Amino acid sequence: MPRAAALSRTLVRRLRTGDEIAYLATLTFANVILLIAALLVFELWTTSALSRQRFGWGFLTGSTWDPIAGNFGALPFIYGTVVTSAVALLIGVPLGVSAAIFLAELAPPRVSDGLTFVIELLAAVPSVIYGLLGVFLLVPLMRDPVQPFLRQTLGFLPWFQGPNFGVGYLAAGVVLAVMIVPLMTSISREALLAVPRDQREAALAVGATRWEATWKVVVPYARLGIFGSVFLALARAIGETMAVTMVIGNNPNISASLFAPGYSIAAVIANEFTEATEAIHIATLIQLGLVLFALTIIINALARLLILMTTRKGTAQQ
Amino acid sequence: MLMAIDMPALRPDVSPRAPAGDSGHHPDGRPKIRVSQIHFYYGSFQALDDVSLAIGANRITALIGPSGCGKSTFLRVLNRMYETVRSARVEGSVFLDDQDALAMDVTELRRRVGMVFQKPNPFPKSIFDNVAYGLKVNGLRNRARLREAVERSLRRAALWEEVKGKLHDSAYALSGGQQQRLCIARALAVDPEVLLLDEPSSALDPIATGKIEELLFHLKQSCTIVIVTHNMQQAARIADDTGFFLMGRLIEFDKARVIFKTPARKETEDYITGRFG
Repeated sequence: MPRAAALSRTLVRRLRTGDEIAYLATLTFANVILLIAALLVFELWTTSALSRQRFGWGFLTGSTWDPIAGNFGALPFIYGTVVTSAVALLIGVPLGVSAAIFLAELAPPRVSDGLTFVIELLAAVPSVIYGLLGVFLLVPLMRDPVQPFLRQTLGFLPWFQGPNFGVGYLAAGVVLAVMIVPLMTSISREALLAVPRDQREAALAVGATRWEATWKVVVPYARLGIFGSVFLALARAIGETMAVTMVIGNNPNISASLFAPGYSIAAVIANEFTEATEAIHIATLIQLGLVLFALTIIINALARLLILMTTRKGTAQQ
Repeated sequence: MLMAIDMPALRPDVSPRAPAGDSGHHPDGRPKIRVSQIHFYYGSFQALDDVSLAIGANRITALIGPSGCGKSTFLRVLNRMYETVRSARVEGSVFLDDQDALAMDVTELRRRVGMVFQKPNPFPKSIFDNVAYGLKVNGLRNRARLREAVERSLRRAALWEEVKGKLHDSAYALSGGQQQRLCIARALAVDPEVLLLDEPSSALDPIATGKIEELLFHLKQSCTIVIVTHNMQQAARIADDTGFFLMGRLIEFDKARVIFKTPARKETEDYITGRFG
């Protein structure tokens, strides 16, 4: 078959040129990512079938979690995940962004280099270490003096009332904040350093002080990167399992008080998966995984929408 | 300016001397800026070596010379923009009218001595906000007066007619030449006495360049202008005075027509006739 032979010869020749090989290889790897994402959803969807059929949408709004009686509702966990992440962002964003501004704009280079190294080291510390720190250092501190102090000063707010155990939403939020600050600082710093020098100089040239140039020109110019760092940090906070499990209190009840022990989606999956024996229990835990997946996607979508809205006018991209 | 961060570490090592009588000869009229015996260093590298000259009020002074000759550094001494470089250090004196420019408050100096850069560098904001920025950091908050000042500045920069219907569009929607005129308007908004331009048209086409030159020609009635340029024709077209820099030294400074017709120094002649190097 001369035609087939000719064809395979051309094919071999074409494959020899690096372009084709690089194209095929990168295409394959790119598709692997899509494949993994699809598999993930497929697995979560099929293995949670039992739970989905039994509880339907009511699973999301049910607030009882009683494996023995066979009652399963996801709301306490969704609530715990959202509340701890929100606390983490409230504390972590101002800290992370101001640390980045200091490192990129104000600190002398030697200080900045040293601190940046330490911060990048912190970003790589395994979460179980942060969990230990939380158990042995943070929780006793929360029990006394932090939470009694909060109750005294802000006790008129529903978030700072009720019994004080040390473990709870607030402790988990603070541990998460500590964990996400290095990540945010590191990425925001890169974004600030990438702002062209002439932007800063343009501000200085009309008589701005160094701080005015930083706050009104450099930071707004870098805001896409700073937002990006916040969303990455949020994604980490939502999915964080180990450190949260160690300090949240593992109590599947909803409470307005941040002092109360609670539970998060990731924490309950990690705690109960090995103990779950009944098929329905396993299925509900997997469905919780599906909920966490959806929650992450929804929050990321909202984040992108926010970026689109805030950058419509005067975008940093030319 | 409540949160203004002072830059003590960046304060130059100033040793002000009284403005010497021979602080650079000036061919014509009253000097706006007198520079005497400036030595400038980046770390251990000396970028300017004993430069003295006087810049005449309401004149256009062009600074020419090959790349790396120190002309841009010289421009950055006049508004102390060099202070953003940590290793920079200056000796000598610079007087703006009768005030020591190296000792005065730097934000005050930069408000009085504006600057336009090589590449158009508008902020990623609307046209209006770009021009209003300098006014806002200098404390003007009144909307009506801001609007008035923005219009006046855009008119002075010969940009008003082109943008008056779209003041709230992004500055990035403008062409390169318009962006550069916007940057000039931004610099003019705080009503500077001196305008420094660092190769303002090197990134622009000839038509946009022509517009900028025409604009500078009108501006010199109200402003003293110092322009760094690589373009010899440009210097010859618009400058009243011209200084030729070579390797950190001011080789020759005179009226532009003298520099371009009958330069006194061989190096100047070689450079302007393209026989340099």
